[in-house]
Amino acid sequence: MCLAVPGRILEVYQEEGLRMGRIDFAGTVNRACLDFVPEAGEGQYVIVHAGFAISMLNEKEAQESLQALREFAETQEGEHQPAANPATLQDS
Amino acid sequence: MRYLSEYRDPDLARSLLRQIRQTVTRPWVIMEVCGGQTHSIVKNGIDRLLPSEIELVHGPGCPVCVTSLELLDKAIAIASRPDVIFASFGDMLRVPGSEKDLFMVKSEGGDVRIVYSPLDAVQLAKENPDKKVVFFAVGFETTAPSNAMAVRQASRGGLSNFSVLVSHVLVPPAMKALLNSPQNRVQGYLAAGHVCAVMGWEEYEPIARQHKVPIVVTGFEPVDILLGILMTVRQLERGEAKVENHYLRAVSREGNRPAQELIEKIFEVTDRNWRGIGVIESSGFRLRPEFAQHDAEQVFDLTDMKVSEPSSCISGLVLQGLKKPHECPVFAEECTPQTPLGATMVSSEGACAAYYSYGRADLLSGARSNQDDPE
Repeated sequence: MCLAVPGRILEVYQEEGLRMGRIDFAGTVNRACLDFVPEAGEGQYVIVHAGFAISMLNEKEAQESLQALREFAETQEGEHQPAANPATLQDS
Repeated sequence: MRYLSEYRDPDLARSLLRQIRQTVTRPWVIMEVCGGQTHSIVKNGIDRLLPSEIELVHGPGCPVCVTSLELLDKAIAIASRPDVIFASFGDMLRVPGSEKDLFMVKSEGGDVRIVYSPLDAVQLAKENPDKKVVFFAVGFETTAPSNAMAVRQASRGGLSNFSVLVSHVLVPPAMKALLNSPQNRVQGYLAAGHVCAVMGWEEYEPIARQHKVPIVVTGFEPVDILLGILMTVRQLERGEAKVENHYLRAVSREGNRPAQELIEKIFEVTDRNWRGIGVIESSGFRLRPEFAQHDAEQVFDLTDMKVSEPSSCISGLVLQGLKKPHECPVFAEECTPQTPLGATMVSSEGACAAYYSYGRADLLSGARSNQDDPE
C-alpha cells in the first residue's frame, strides 16, 4: 500500500479546484492530483501513490546515482580477476 | 519503464552483491521496514543471494496487516448497512475480520466498491447524496496526504454524507517500540522510501542516535534494496549509526512540505492499536475535532464490537520480526492466500503472502523439524 510508481506528466488541468495531471506510466495513462507538487510541469516525472503525486522524481539525482553505480560495476568487472585486489565503492 | 527498469539491472545487482560480500565480516540483522520492500526482496530472491552473515528481518510496514481487528470489524459493520456505500483500496477487502471480510459483505449485497484514489470516494458522495459514503482510510504516512485531501475536498464541498474510517499508522513510533523491546535483535534499518518521500528523514535522526542503529532510506527495486543493504552493512562494520538517504531520486531531507501541511491541518497524532502488536503510543493519526462530521467512528455508533482473533495466527510475531512466516505451524497448510487466517497472508505487502507466493515453502521442513525438537 506504500507502493508508488514514477510517471511522466503529459498534461496539467484543473478539476474541482485541484491541480490534476494526465500521467504516462510507460504507456498506461492515468490521472493524478498534483496539488502536493506545485512545481511539477508537463514533461517532468513524479512519483504517484493512490492517485496523488507525493514527490517530484529528481532526474539529475537518478542519472548521477545510476552513472556512479555503472562506473563502479565496470571497474569491479575489470578487477574481478581471481588475484585482483577488489576496489571499494567510494562514499556516495 | 523509465526510472524503474534501470534499477533492475542484473549487472548492477551483481556488482552490489560483490561489494556486500567484500564488506561484511560478521553476522548482522537488518530490518526492511516496508512490506513493499519485503515483497521485492523475496520476489527477487535477494534474501537468498546475500552472504549468510546477513539476516533480513521483515518489519511491520504493511498497513493492511497492522490494521486492528476491531477497526476491521467496524468497517464490516458499516459496510453491511443498506444506507452505506463503502469504498476502499482493493487489498483491504480480503482481510479476515472476526467473522467475515468485506468481500463477503459485498457478496451478501453490501455496496462495497474498490477505488483507485480517495478522491473517487468523494466523487461517489457527490453523485449519491441519498447514501452515506464511507472511505476506509488505511495507510502509513505515504497515504495520509491523499486521505487528508479527500476530507478537505468533502468539507469544502459541503458533502456531509462523506466520512472516512481512519486507520493511519506512523513508522517512527513503531520503530522505537521494536527497538525498546527486550527481544529486539535488529541492528540496522532500511527505512521506507515512500514514507520518507512525504515526511523526509529528519525524524529518524534522534532514533539512530539514541538507539545507535544505522538507518538508510531505501527504495524498492532490487538495485535500490541492495544499495540500502550495502550502505547499512558499511555503517555496521564501521560502528557508525546515522541516517543516510540512498533513495535520492524520490526523497529529500525535509520531504514534501505541502503534503505535511495538509496532514497537520486535517489529522492529529493519537495512540493506535496495531494488529498483532498492540497499542503503541502516539503511533497513528485521527481526524481533528473540527472534522468530526467526516469521522465515521463518530458518524456511526459502533460501541459494542466483539473481537476475536484466530489463536493459531502468529502474524503479530511476524510483523515484529520475531518469527519468519515459515516458522508458523499453519503456514501454507490451513493458512494460504485462498484461506488466510491473518492479514500478513492476505496483503500484497504481507510477509506471509510473499513467502507463499515466491516459493519459500521449501523452508518448511527445516522450520517444522526445529519445532518438533523439545527445547
